[in-house]
Amino acid sequence: MPILRRVLLAAFLAWAGMATAQERSITVASTTSTEQSGLFSHILPLFTQASGIAVRVVALGTGQALDVGRRGDADVVFVHDRAAEQRFVAEGFGGPRRRVMYNDFVLVGPATDPAGIAGLTDSTAALQRIAVARAPFISRGDRSGTHAAELRLWQMAGVDPVSGRGQWYREVGQGMGPALNTAAAQNAYLLADRGTWLSFRNRQELKILVEGDARLFNQYGVMLVNPQRHPGVKAAEGQRFIDWLVSPAGQAAIAAYKISGEQLFFPNADKPEPGA
Amino acid sequence: MRATESLPRKGLRHVMADLFRPGGARILARTPDPSPIHGRSRIGAGTGGILPLRVEGLCYRAGAVEVLREVGFTLEKGGPSLIIGPNGAGKSVLLRLLHRLLRPSAGQILWGTPEAARRQAMLFQRPVLLRRSVLANAAYPLRLAGLGRAEAMARARAELAQVGLDGLADRPARRLSGGEQQRLALARAAALQPEVLFLDEPCASLDPAATRAVEEIVQALAARGTKIVMTTHDLGQARRLAAEVLFLHRGRLLEQTPAARFFAGPESAEARAFLRGELLW
Amino acid sequence: MTASDTNCQSGRVQDLASAFATALGLVATADPAVMRILLLSLRVSLTALALAALVGLPLGALLAVARFPGRQAVLVALNALMGLPPVVAGLLIYLLLSRAGPLGPLGLLFTPTAMVIAQAVLIAPILAALSRQVLEGLWEEYAEQLRSFGAGPWRAVPTLLWDGRFALMTVLLAGFGRAAAEVGAVMIVGGNIEGFTRVMTTAIALETSKGDLPLALALGLLLMAIVLAVNALAQGLREAAAERAG
Repeated sequence: MPILRRVLLAAFLAWAGMATAQERSITVASTTSTEQSGLFSHILPLFTQASGIAVRVVALGTGQALDVGRRGDADVVFVHDRAAEQRFVAEGFGGPRRRVMYNDFVLVGPATDPAGIAGLTDSTAALQRIAVARAPFISRGDRSGTHAAELRLWQMAGVDPVSGRGQWYREVGQGMGPALNTAAAQNAYLLADRGTWLSFRNRQELKILVEGDARLFNQYGVMLVNPQRHPGVKAAEGQRFIDWLVSPAGQAAIAAYKISGEQLFFPNADKPEPGA
Repeated sequence: MRATESLPRKGLRHVMADLFRPGGARILARTPDPSPIHGRSRIGAGTGGILPLRVEGLCYRAGAVEVLREVGFTLEKGGPSLIIGPNGAGKSVLLRLLHRLLRPSAGQILWGTPEAARRQAMLFQRPVLLRRSVLANAAYPLRLAGLGRAEAMARARAELAQVGLDGLADRPARRLSGGEQQRLALARAAALQPEVLFLDEPCASLDPAATRAVEEIVQALAARGTKIVMTTHDLGQARRLAAEVLFLHRGRLLEQTPAARFFAGPESAEARAFLRGELLW
Repeated sequence: MTASDTNCQSGRVQDLASAFATALGLVATADPAVMRILLLSLRVSLTALALAALVGLPLGALLAVARFPGRQAVLVALNALMGLPPVVAGLLIYLLLSRAGPLGPLGLLFTPTAMVIAQAVLIAPILAALSRQVLEGLWEEYAEQLRSFGAGPWRAVPTLLWDGRFALMTVLLAGFGRAAAEVGAVMIVGGNIEGFTRVMTTAIALETSKGDLPLALALGLLLMAIVLAVNALAQGLREAAAERAG
């Protein structure tokens, strides 16, 4: 009986401890767009192979990801909302901010296009038409980078969509994927990042209607969380990841990621930000 | 320490067979109390007997109902004391008060020694068996009293043999027949080697054969020196077992009389009516 | 660059069919990524169940036997805790385990251990409340006899837990089901990190948000099959044991 008990205890400990085997790893708070587009699955193994450091990605909206960084619960923040990132750095939560890559947003809508925006190259004009037509528009409403970009576009268009809140302007407060699912179900317009759009499967009637406007560019930046604020931050490993991302090897890995032959992200660590 | 001459190994059934042989009773009469358990055990601890038991002015109220009123008596060592009386007389409540399962509203229950609680056991009308094997049931109170596993099992086995259940030791207890269940409960109580054993209508839901088996075990326990305090509403059973009778009626103790005298002619009119089989209320 | 807009026009019925086909395919090929997620789900939920049982069952038994002032209030609180929203539990544990929180130095946030803690916190009240109900009936039956044997409430607890073991098996299964199906808390404290804290439910949520509904549904079917298998196994064990113990 005591032997059986000991064996059971050992088995339980082994079972419970299986995943706590320590390896060198960092936690990166990033966005759903980078994770769900499959970019990380492509580039992270390359970094781990080169450095021996495993990267654990927690994918959230940009606002939430920055909050995770503020609490010190991630070592690196990798997001896409320049204004919010600059605030993060200015408040001393981390930094410096390094440019990594960009892609672009697209205005997606039903093929029937009730607001008649298909083919426009001026995204603000498209938004104005949507508002005039009071055509259903899905907003992320979750403080994400995409949400921030969308609000900036409305402002540039001179439209306050909040007046249509609850009617044609619908805030779902969720990630890119759920917002796309909702738009597909309601035949609504929305602003999506191209990466998530390309890897999104449940499109139904949705298609890209407006793209290519310079104001639709979407810059990603990366920052180390301030180890002085949070001693638990793995500064050396985190910095190594950042250095790799902006290195030629990292930049090449990003450029090499394609879905059906289409490149999703454009490395620009050494170039100025487009649309800035 | 009292004498520790233990019960013969042959077991209770054989002892009972002796009992019914001419002159057999004397064998048992020579057999003193079963051996107290040695060591850390709390069973049978202490030197002085817990009897006599003196009860004075015992009252028990349940809400507005006065179940027992001013009950007083003394129980001495010796043969079985049978508490009889019609339904609702307060027999079960009296047993539970004596066994400290209920707290009296007034009055005193005075045992010979302060540690009396550990040296008594009780059997209920419907045996409460644990959802375990027969053997585990019999060993349970021994383990509870601090006996080691091996010792408890060995003693439990011995007690089971004495009630004829040794062949069923590994069966689930709750699959036994009603009679077997009550015999198991008896073996389990006997394993504690109580000085006083309370039995609350132990045969009320048993058929005549099972009743007979239980009575034989009770008699053997009494012969072993265990003081039996038992309620019954079965006059035949009272006649067969009682050394003395306590007659309860409407919460009052009307008489405490040696059995022979009681059945020959009780003192109280109520008891006479009860013996005649008249409905008493 | 233009998006190759291949519209997924497949109807919902075909989605269902393809979900079943995908589920079968995942099982047949023993897809290593899916198997790892499945194993992590089982490991996290079973470990959480064991931890919660260690606390919840004795607590339930004690509440079944003990009578003390404020007991009713404790029972009400316990029943209310059964309805604790997973997201709230997840948030509380997040704040505790966060590096900025009191247990931050342990570095447990975004690990399977954090998920185990969250699930254990979620199901311990369920185990306690349900076992209290189950064992109270047993205690009613046993109380007089155990008191006659000199067993107080503390000693009655292990007796009730052992003698109520078959009924408690059902309680444990209820706890396991809730743990395995839970998504809100493990999403928050685990972070749904691929290859590390991704479990079946968070994977389902992820695939749903990626719009791959057939795959999400296939994973859901797989999860249900696992929960079903665990239940069937437990039921079989229970019946075999009950056959012997009565």
